[in-house]
Amino acid sequence: MFVFLRQTLAVAEAEVRKLRHDPMELLTRAIQPLLWLVVFGRVFGRLREIPTGQLSYLDFMAPGILAQSVLFIAIFYGISVIWERDLGILHKFLVSPASRVALVSGKALSAGVRAMSQAMIIYAVAALMKIHLRLSVGAVLGVLASIALGAAIFSTFSLAVACVVKTRERFMGIGQVLTMPLFFASNAIYPLAMMPAWLRGLAAANPLTYQVDALRELMIDGGRSLFGLPLDFAVDAIVLVALIGLGARLYPKIIT
Amino acid sequence: MRPAVSEAAARCGSGAEGSAAPAVETVRLMRRFGPLTAVDDLNLLVPAGAIFGLLGPNGAGKSTTIKMLTTLLAPTSGSARVLGFDVARQSVEVRWRIGYIPQLLSADGSLTGYENLLVFAKLYDIRRAERARRIQEALDFMGLADAADTLVRRYSGGMIRRLEIAQSMLHRPAVLFLDEPTVGLDPVARHTVWTHLRDLRRQFGATILMTTHDMEEADQLCEVVAIMHRGRVVALGSPADLKVTLGGGATLDDVFVHYTGTAFEEGARYQDVARDRRTARRLG
Repeated sequence: MFVFLRQTLAVAEAEVRKLRHDPMELLTRAIQPLLWLVVFGRVFGRLREIPTGQLSYLDFMAPGILAQSVLFIAIFYGISVIWERDLGILHKFLVSPASRVALVSGKALSAGVRAMSQAMIIYAVAALMKIHLRLSVGAVLGVLASIALGAAIFSTFSLAVACVVKTRERFMGIGQVLTMPLFFASNAIYPLAMMPAWLRGLAAANPLTYQVDALRELMIDGGRSLFGLPLDFAVDAIVLVALIGLGARLYPKIIT
Repeated sequence: MRPAVSEAAARCGSGAEGSAAPAVETVRLMRRFGPLTAVDDLNLLVPAGAIFGLLGPNGAGKSTTIKMLTTLLAPTSGSARVLGFDVARQSVEVRWRIGYIPQLLSADGSLTGYENLLVFAKLYDIRRAERARRIQEALDFMGLADAADTLVRRYSGGMIRRLEIAQSMLHRPAVLFLDEPTVGLDPVARHTVWTHLRDLRRQFGATILMTTHDMEEADQLCEVVAIMHRGRVVALGSPADLKVTLGGGATLDDVFVHYTGTAFEEGARYQDVARDRRTARRLG
């Protein structure tokens, strides 16, 4: 068991060390969510038609945009997996005695760490925009956990897709097709109550919905989770375990 | 997880159980990809301690064979054992004891040389004190100590190959698999790699199984070569013996052409050629 953990950490460490060598990448990734907050949020905030309860629209959507930025980064994680496969790096990992579960978990963990850096940038801008953030230690730790969980889910999903499609061209196509439906079929920028029944059904099956729901309570002063934090985290944890199982099965197939 | 006994055996290096069993033994090994039979009824015996060369044109089944022996690819039928462990049923046991250097570039360019070694030392669960010692030793041995903290994407092709060899030896594997180890390297870098492989064998007693279609490399390095053609072994022996068989001052090139005929052209697939060129460009 300890060997498994050490090997998982070794894989994650490699990824984190890469980030340290090239931190610029993280900054450029933050531009898109900022546009959503500053442009989309401001404009739609004036509408006052969207029933966001006692929260202002900006307060309502900020957790959604944080979750979205994590999703958008994580869903293209498979590209780097395909890149490593094309180079040959992956072959050597697969010949190592580390279990496939450890290799996939390590990747998921590193995606989580990577995503946390997004939170810092979004928090800074949100504070400037006078969004009502909860800044207690517990709340911030909760937000980080939720982000790591979301990033782990969507990066592992992405890894599984990469193992099936195997080429960058096909993956890019599929990545584009996946992101928007995942985003729109969730409660990120409008509440579930506003949705037609069929969309609400889809949203209920979308792990992003539970992540946003948790973030809304953890991140925003006065925000309330609809399903309750335990359910939010439990659903996403189960999804993650299932996806890691799937990813570990598919991982060796990527090189054939 | 794996049993404690095998962990200890793997840690102590070349593996006592390996001395009895041959390094590699395949029995009627076969691998199909759809209608294509890449490896066909292959029987191979590599004695412990040898430098064994698998020769053959592109598409002869060399890389597929290596992938099966390194547990990356499951055999369609037949069996293969490495150090007495079945590659399909005891793959984890095999993985603890082998090193692998793929034909493709396998060092990570966005990490430093030291970090590349560190990650693999950790994957093979080499303990902290031992880890630092082995990494330093590997860097010195491969002449990379000065470049340890440089990002690998700034390395030359020869340096990358040396780093990859260092990486694959950290856990002291009993068998080292190399797929086209010097493809795309300039003559000086090639000779350096050869020297290092010979030194490795002398120092650690590892068995080396390599593929190549470079006849000079086979002649210089390998004690036994098997020439593969269309998934089968068509000739087996020491380079000297094979040349004698043909007589009349034959070179290993002549031997190769004799056994594989016109296959030089017909065997190569577009994908293989693209990969060779890509590897060559990155390393060159």
